[in-house]
Amino acid sequence: MSILVNKDSRVIFQGFTGQHATFHAQEAIRMGTNVVGGVTPGKGGETHIDRPVFDTVKDAVAETGADVSVVFVPPPFSADAIMEAIEAGIKVIVVITDGVPVQDMVRVKRYLIGHDAIIIGPNTAGVITPEECKVGIMPAHIYPKGRIGLVSRSGTLNYEAVEQMSELGLGISTSISIGGDPVNGCDFLTLMKQFADDPETDAVLMIGEIGGSQEVDAATWAKAHMDKPLIGFIAGATAPPGRTMGHAGAIISGESDTAQAKMRRLDELGVSVVQNAAEIGQTVLQSVNGRSNERDEAANPSCVSSV
Amino acid sequence: MNIHEYQTKELFRNYGMPVPEGRMAHSANKAVSVAEQVGGDGWVVKAQIHAGGRGKAGGVQLARSLDEVQQHAEKLIGSRLVTKQTGEAGRMVNRVLVEQMQQIDKEYYLGLVIDRASQRITLIASASGGMDIEEVAAATPEQVINEVVDPAVGLQDFQCRKVAAAIGLSGKQIMKAARIMKQLYRCFRDKDALMVEINPLVTTQDGQFLALDGKMSFDGNALFRQPEIADLRDFDEEDPKEVEASGHDLNYIALDGGVGCIVNGAGLAMATMDAISLYGGRPANFLDVGGGASPEKIANAFRIVLEDPNVKVLLLNIYAGINRCDWIAEGIVKAMADQTIGVPIVVRLAGTNLEAGRKILSESGLDYIHADRLSDAAEKAVRAVNGEVV
Repeated sequence: MSILVNKDSRVIFQGFTGQHATFHAQEAIRMGTNVVGGVTPGKGGETHIDRPVFDTVKDAVAETGADVSVVFVPPPFSADAIMEAIEAGIKVIVVITDGVPVQDMVRVKRYLIGHDAIIIGPNTAGVITPEECKVGIMPAHIYPKGRIGLVSRSGTLNYEAVEQMSELGLGISTSISIGGDPVNGCDFLTLMKQFADDPETDAVLMIGEIGGSQEVDAATWAKAHMDKPLIGFIAGATAPPGRTMGHAGAIISGESDTAQAKMRRLDELGVSVVQNAAEIGQTVLQSVNGRSNERDEAANPSCVSSV
Repeated sequence: MNIHEYQTKELFRNYGMPVPEGRMAHSANKAVSVAEQVGGDGWVVKAQIHAGGRGKAGGVQLARSLDEVQQHAEKLIGSRLVTKQTGEAGRMVNRVLVEQMQQIDKEYYLGLVIDRASQRITLIASASGGMDIEEVAAATPEQVINEVVDPAVGLQDFQCRKVAAAIGLSGKQIMKAARIMKQLYRCFRDKDALMVEINPLVTTQDGQFLALDGKMSFDGNALFRQPEIADLRDFDEEDPKEVEASGHDLNYIALDGGVGCIVNGAGLAMATMDAISLYGGRPANFLDVGGGASPEKIANAFRIVLEDPNVKVLLLNIYAGINRCDWIAEGIVKAMADQTIGVPIVVRLAGTNLEAGRKILSESGLDYIHADRLSDAAEKAVRAVNGEVV
């Protein structure tokens, strides 16, 4: 199962013939992703890395049955490219581009209403379901297949967490970086709901940052509706207030935006909160083991009494 | 990107909003001539810096005569103003805004933000003007009115009237205030703003509205299509090192600890700073080298971080995704060949082409402290800062 993408996903790249899109399309293909073509307006009819190029997303969908798009289109044209993908019926749109104007994303999200699509990003490392589909710029080889669902804002902190987990034998069902922008296509909550329903995901790791309330919103929902361990980390405990920490959305505008306040709220909501980023893997392992012990005890209560 | 109050008011004027008569002056003499030109029998001399809290810090002075205008301007221009938002060092005042003094009846708050909860532009208004709106919202949330704008149709007149009535306006004042809200919205939308604040929006004793103060910030990612706004950037208001770093496409923020940091990715950079703090140290800076860090970029990052005299150890933490460890290693070798480095360097590399990167470093004969993991790297850096041999 996994979420968002799998081996049956039919992937196109928008801005296909550009340098970065070309490199990452090749990497995706190398991992076994079903890349069916790409879009570069004006180059329709050509072939690029053995895949057909289309002028419009509509053509690409009609010819290839594409349902996932990876957007590498530069910031001035990103919003247009995303709306083109939405209109053409693409279901998962992953926007790698960094630097999309915020008000463009406000309009894109308005346009999204009434369409059955999910936007990941902008400014994201993308989505990967190990051994099945990679739609992003992450190094695929570090992602072992497994049963932990991972959702983060950051890309590199996501890699860090994956490495720590894989050293302890924990793999990933699907990993998503939602990106660091203040108005982004998809929030933690939307993905939490998908992970909650995914039979191949046993636990969810959420890696957030200072600024906004998305992590708390997702944890609030999870407390009421999700019967899987949720582990959380918030980066930026040492960030000064009022400064944008690299990600446009990573800014402390008030007390509730701080890492300390967010971690406190997550803790109150029953999340296993990681205080030190170096202990993410360990905390996930303890959380998963703790839960399976509980299950064993619940399934076999006589065991408990006889000990 | 932030701009000055006088620049904000110029934008307001262009959108038809009522602002007090006044202009910016670079010198005390110019301040007096501005006062003469705008006329009246009283003036306000306001220090122009990109930080709030000016009033309480003495940055806003009332003058009853042209002599007083001269005195206040002389005192402010060239001084460092310390407000609750500037930090101890304060900000250099290079110019003042001279305006006609107003007879104020009531003060209101009016602002627009991109609200992260609704992910839309939201109008904020309050009858408690002249105060910090976050404090008002915390103490008396019912005093703060929020109205979300549907991006498909923009801010509507009825929404403005509703908000005007909710902050206690009546009669013709409702239409007047609604007009200002619409003008403010258009300005915000057209110029790709992230935040605009009129605090206070006042009514004068003759019943007119005036934007007595104005604050505005803009989306740095939209400056490519806002050349007039980009021209308003005042580099004097920014840390020169941060400006230099951004020129090299590096994201740098100076802090006050002893562990200099070079990291790729904003999230990992913050987490690295946090880890340093958990092991008992303090980060000297935030620095994100971003994706695709070339050897030149790494070398520039070294130079910028090491220019800070507080830096006692340098911690490099790179998790290469699109980056490659061999490129990073080449950058380190180049940086260490190009400049004398008087502090210990802790290097933690991980990810793509790790073995090739390690090989380059070990064969270079460079003197550095190797770390395998984040915990290891942070701990070694803190020990090195404390003078321990690691």
